[in-house]
Amino acid sequence: MIASLSHSLITAQTVIPKFGHADDCVRQNRTFCWGWFSDHWDDVFQPALLDHIKLTLIAVVVGFAISIACAIFAYERGWFERPFSVFAGVLYTIPSLALFQLLVPVTGLTELTVEVALVSYTLLILFRNTLTGLREVPEDARDAARGMGLTARQMLWRVEVPLAVPAIIAGVRVATVTVISLATVAAFVVDEGLGAPIFAALQSSFNTEFIAAGALAVLLALLADALLVGFQRLVTPWARAGGTR
Amino acid sequence: MPAVDGSAGGEGGAAELVFDRVTKRYPGRSEPAVNSLSLVVPAGEICVLVGPSGGGKTTAMRMVNRLIDITDGDITIDGNSVRDMELTRLRRGIGYVIQQVGLFPHMDVAGNIGTVPRLLDWDRARISRRVDELLELVGLDPQQDRGRYPAELSGGQRQRVGLARALAADPPLMLMDEPFGAIDPITRDRLQNEFLRLHRELRKTVIFVTHDVDEAIKMGDRIAILRQGGVLAQYATPDEILASPADDFVASFVGADRGLKRLSLTRLGDVELEPPPPNGASDGAPTATEATSLRDALSLMLTNGGRALVVLGADGRPVGSVTVDMVSATLSNGGGRRPAASA
Repeated sequence: MIASLSHSLITAQTVIPKFGHADDCVRQNRTFCWGWFSDHWDDVFQPALLDHIKLTLIAVVVGFAISIACAIFAYERGWFERPFSVFAGVLYTIPSLALFQLLVPVTGLTELTVEVALVSYTLLILFRNTLTGLREVPEDARDAARGMGLTARQMLWRVEVPLAVPAIIAGVRVATVTVISLATVAAFVVDEGLGAPIFAALQSSFNTEFIAAGALAVLLALLADALLVGFQRLVTPWARAGGTR
Repeated sequence: MPAVDGSAGGEGGAAELVFDRVTKRYPGRSEPAVNSLSLVVPAGEICVLVGPSGGGKTTAMRMVNRLIDITDGDITIDGNSVRDMELTRLRRGIGYVIQQVGLFPHMDVAGNIGTVPRLLDWDRARISRRVDELLELVGLDPQQDRGRYPAELSGGQRQRVGLARALAADPPLMLMDEPFGAIDPITRDRLQNEFLRLHRELRKTVIFVTHDVDEAIKMGDRIAILRQGGVLAQYATPDEILASPADDFVASFVGADRGLKRLSLTRLGDVELEPPPPNGASDGAPTATEATSLRDALSLMLTNGGRALVVLGADGRPVGSVTVDMVSATLSNGGGRRPAASA
C-alpha cells in the first residue's frame, strides 16, 4: 500500500511516504504540526480515538459487572473476599505487556486478548471500592431498615448499594483512567486505538503523530474523569448535602 | 390503617402487648440477658423499660420485632404470637425509632418517611399526603423540609423525621430505643413534651427504652425496672414506684429524692386546694398556676420563707392556695397521681 501510494505521488516535489505533500513543519519534524494533524484527523486520529473509546468502554463495563457482582457476593459471604482479592491482586501486578504475551497464545491477536487484559486491571480497584462502600453503610441505617421490615434484598438494593455509589464511582474513575492509559499498549496486539499512531510514530520518530495521539489519550482520560464526576454529582445529590458524609 | 392483624380498635388503633416469661440466653454466657420477663402493656399506654446497662432492656425491646430471637417464652401482640407472624409483616406493623435515628442519608425527608408505605405498596399520592400530614404532626414544615437530606438537618429535626417515619403506616405499636438520648437537654425536653402531646392524640402502645430514670418517670404510664441479668425488679406506675419501691435496688435506682420526683408528677390543678385568701390579703404572696408541679410549688414556697402560695387560674385570678404542709400531706397519703389524660 505504501509502495503504491508513493508511486502515484512520485511527481510531487517532496513526498515522504505516508505523509503526503509534506510542508516545512513536517519535513523538519517540528514538535507539532497543526496542518498535518488536521489533515489526518479523519483518517488517523478520529478512528483511533473512537476505537480507543470503544476498547475502554467495553473493558470498564465488563469489569464493572464482574466486580460489582463479586463484591456483593463477598459482602454477603465473607469468605469470598480473600480468594477474589488475591486473584484480582495477582492480575493487577502482572505487567501489561507480559499479560498480552501470556494471552496471545490462547486468544490470538484479537480484541478479545486486549479486553481480557484491560478488564483484569479494573477488577481489583472496582472490587475493593465496592466492598468498602457496602461495608461503610452506617450501622444505624441498617438497623432501622431491618427494624422497618425491609428484606435482605430490599436492604441491599434500596439502602446498601445506593449508599455505596460514591465509593463505586470513585473506583470507576480510577479504573477508567487506568484503562484509557493501558489501552494504548493494546496496539501491540491489535492495530486499534490511540496506541496505533503512537507506535507508528515511535518507529518513524515523527513528533506530530506521537504528540497528537498521546495528547488525545490524556484529554480522553481527563474528559472521562470529568464526566464521571458530573455523573456522580447528578446521582448522589445527598452526598454533598450539608457538607458532611 | 393498622398493619398488624387483629389490632385493637381506637382511632389509630393500639395493641395490647404481653411478655410471657420471655427469656433470652446468648450461647456461651452463663447469665441470661433477659430472665423470664412477664409483663402486660395495656393498649395505648407508654411502657418504659429502664435500668442500668446489662439489664437487658434493649434486648427485651428488640425481641418484640424479632431483631433478636426469643430463646424461651413468648411475646404476643393482641394475642398473636410474634413467633408466628411473618417477619417482614410483623416489622412493617411496628414503628421503630432508635437513638441514632438511622435515617437513610441518600433519601430526602419525604423518601425516608415514605419507607414503610412504599413497602406496603401505597400509591404515590397517598404516600405524599401522608408525608405532609406527618411532617405537620411532628412539627416540621411540609413545604420546606420534605426535600431536605438528613445531613442538612439538626439532631432534633432528624429525630422528628425518625418519629414521623415510624408513624408512617399508623402502626398500633411503637418501639423506641433511647430516642432522645443523643439530643441536647433543651431540645430533648421539648421533644419529650411534644411526644407526650402526640401520644395523647394517637394513643399508640409504646415500648420506650431509656437508662435515665427521670425520663422514665416523665414518659411512662408504667415503668418496668430491669436489674442486672435481665430480671424485672418492679413494674408499676411511676407514682407507685416512687411511693413504694419494691426493694433496695429500686429505691436506690430511683434515687433518694424520689419524694421530690413524685411531687413533680402532680400539678396544682390536680390537688384539692385551700380557698384563696380574701382579697388584698394575698398581696406580695408568691403565685403559681394550676399547671405548676407540686415540686416547683414547694421550691417556690421554700424560697419565699415557707409562705403559702396563691394559685392562679387560667384567667389570672386566684382560685386557691397551697401550703408546705399540704404538699407534704400528699406524699404521705398517696395523693400524688399522674394527671389524667387531660386533652
